[in-house]
Amino acid sequence: MIAPATLVELRDAVLSAPRVIAVGARTKPRLSDVDAVAITTTALAGITEYDPGEFTITALAGTPVAELVAVLAGRGQHLPFDPLLVEAGSTIGGVVAADTGGPGRFRHGGVRDFILGVGFVDGAGRWLRLGGKVVKNAAGFDVPKFLVGSLGRFAVIGTVTFKVFPRPERRLTLRLPFTPRALADLARSRYPIDALNLPPGHDDMLVRLAGPAAALDALARGIGGREEDDGLWREIVETPWGFRTDIVAAEIAAHRAAHVSGGGSVAWSLVAPPRGLTLRGSAPLWIGDRPRFAIEGAVKEALDPVGRFPTLDDWTGAPARPAPPPPPSPAAGA
Amino acid sequence: MSSPPALGRLGALLPPARLLTRPAELAAYESDGLTAFETRPLAVAVPETRDEVIALVRACRAEGIPFVARGSGTSLCGGSLPVAGGVVIALNRLSRILRIDPDERIAVVEPGVVNTRVSLAAAPHGLYYAPDPSSQSICTIGGNVAFNSGGAHCLKHGMTANHVLGIEAVLASGEVVRFGGAGRDRLGPDWCGLFTGHEGLFGIALEITLQLLPRPEAYATVLAGYATLERAGDAVAAVIAGGLLPGAIEVMDSLAIEAARAAVDADYPPGCAAVLIVEIEGPREVVAIERERLDAILATSAPVAVRAARDDAERAAIWKGRKSAFSAVGRLSPDFIVQDGVVPRQRLGEALRRIAALADEAGLRVANVFHAGDGNLHPLILFDGRVAGALSQAEALAGRILRMCVEMGGSITGEHGVGVEKREFLPAMFNADEIDCLKRLRAAFDPLGIANPGKMFPGGEAPALGHVGLHPLERAGVVSRE
Repeated sequence: MIAPATLVELRDAVLSAPRVIAVGARTKPRLSDVDAVAITTTALAGITEYDPGEFTITALAGTPVAELVAVLAGRGQHLPFDPLLVEAGSTIGGVVAADTGGPGRFRHGGVRDFILGVGFVDGAGRWLRLGGKVVKNAAGFDVPKFLVGSLGRFAVIGTVTFKVFPRPERRLTLRLPFTPRALADLARSRYPIDALNLPPGHDDMLVRLAGPAAALDALARGIGGREEDDGLWREIVETPWGFRTDIVAAEIAAHRAAHVSGGGSVAWSLVAPPRGLTLRGSAPLWIGDRPRFAIEGAVKEALDPVGRFPTLDDWTGAPARPAPPPPPSPAAGA
Repeated sequence: MSSPPALGRLGALLPPARLLTRPAELAAYESDGLTAFETRPLAVAVPETRDEVIALVRACRAEGIPFVARGSGTSLCGGSLPVAGGVVIALNRLSRILRIDPDERIAVVEPGVVNTRVSLAAAPHGLYYAPDPSSQSICTIGGNVAFNSGGAHCLKHGMTANHVLGIEAVLASGEVVRFGGAGRDRLGPDWCGLFTGHEGLFGIALEITLQLLPRPEAYATVLAGYATLERAGDAVAAVIAGGLLPGAIEVMDSLAIEAARAAVDADYPPGCAAVLIVEIEGPREVVAIERERLDAILATSAPVAVRAARDDAERAAIWKGRKSAFSAVGRLSPDFIVQDGVVPRQRLGEALRRIAALADEAGLRVANVFHAGDGNLHPLILFDGRVAGALSQAEALAGRILRMCVEMGGSITGEHGVGVEKREFLPAMFNADEIDCLKRLRAAFDPLGIANPGKMFPGGEAPALGHVGLHPLERAGVVSRE
């Protein structure tokens, strides 16, 4: 285990072993369970830039999410996508690499929708900063978005810049009977819904409203249901979910067992989904077929020419690597 | 008429009527929204199906012929400028909305679908497509995806990339891929995110899945006039500091106001050096409360006048003035170029002062219309292209403004892209290693360098200077630059 405390040390750490993988607080241990020297980012921590008036914050990868959340709250702001496992110690680099957006991603989007820039070390040991530090930027390819969910297989993240939003004045949670129709109707209703979840079992659905304090009671009366303690969202965020999946609304009726959902799409589950990623335990890293393209190998080569990082198919217990799809032959379109 | 030998097997892929090679047919494709440049392509291919697009790209690869994908040609950075000796693949006929799913809140469209058609098709379900570039009545979703287009509502809703859930594309390598899908969640790296904003350098999108949002129930659109641009800038800062998250915050300076007033008879308060437009959206109960807060903030910002839209017609009138400002500036000057730099929002006042000083120094007039909420400037540099050297003077000023944006911690482009226009400025933002990384990514998708070559990266071949003046559609008020 190597524990760099500076970005220069991070670069040296990447070059110090033939195969390395970045880890944070290991709150999703299966994702980094691979035969490689671990580079822990826990000493690479701290908020480096925060300007509330700009709606942007930059932090080193090992910064605990809890620190970001607290500092932002102090200025009336937040990361609207509800990063998971805050109290468990997850780091901001881990949130990006594992794409752990929680219930709040329903309204304004997930990790990918708030990342503005990254600083990272590529497989050749180059320190690179792509994206930007302002809320709007269209220069260069969007590598910051690509690294969301990339599981440390393409680069080691050193710094992250996020867009942040003003924190709503108040939140109000309602519990209502679940039917797929009622859920779909609410999801495109006029109400300021910022989370719409199905707790395991799916007899009920949870609706979180957010906005000006004085408006919410009247809005809640329009929706009906029973008011719940806002603390239940903390439980959802801190649940050690076993799996990540990408089930969409049309499929949820068939997966009522133990999923939590964002307005119909299911991201986190306690039971193995038909397809997904394992976050903890010894199940295969990938469940079912994962997206697989010839371009993946080419992009991997561009960012990690010597294979310093494992691939998406490398994990402890992985079967012999499946053959990548062959690149199309020039004659294919003839 | 048989196709030129240089087209090789491309000639066999489409009927002659859809493979244009006569100079008169090519003329319409020689330029895009960056009207200062033009290049005649070898041919324009007009496919009607995804399979034809795939076959064209693969044939270009086999023959080593460069290709440039094109929608409505509204790019402001020369993103769809043809390549000499290359083929333009015009995607306008792939214009079907394949599916609207109100329960999943998605639209699945072909690349040639015009932006506003998505919201029109979604409207019966109470949904809309949020990204609203000013050219939205004509620009296509394929182009929006290629350049990660913005619009007036990015502060709250983000750019095109934030609304693209899935992309089926033919890559320049010949591979056909399906990135993402119908859901908001993905497994593994965000390929859709990487593809969106590729500026045509990775391949061609064949089918795009877009997220739709519930249409806001109510809007409050407020226009405030100020005696100085600085006061308008301070008002923007106050609105942000007040904890509001408006859908849009826009500012126009006196020259832009003058132009808008002349063009659309915009009823802006007289005697103002700057106009601020703030729009709040949401459920009526929320809008009512936030409107009171906004009024209170604006009341302390020393406005000359504050006007609120009382109905949809008045809201539309306020936006018509704003969105027509660019083409309206065309009435003040035979030519203009528009820049798209971004500065940290709190330094907008300083940026505008410096732009004014740079303009004075250069002896040029600059009108400013900008997305103040996200620090995205749109200085319009006025010049007369008939005067020798005037364009290069204007470009030199534009370059100084872009460098200033980067120095201030911003970006050379907020929403227009780099394209041909700003490729020499990419090194102002990224160092040699970083540009090298971007080039390696490009080579991964396009090993032969045939997809939209000469864009984004510095040092490409120089396109020919073209005609001057407004784009014909712009003159007709159909499109505007933003």
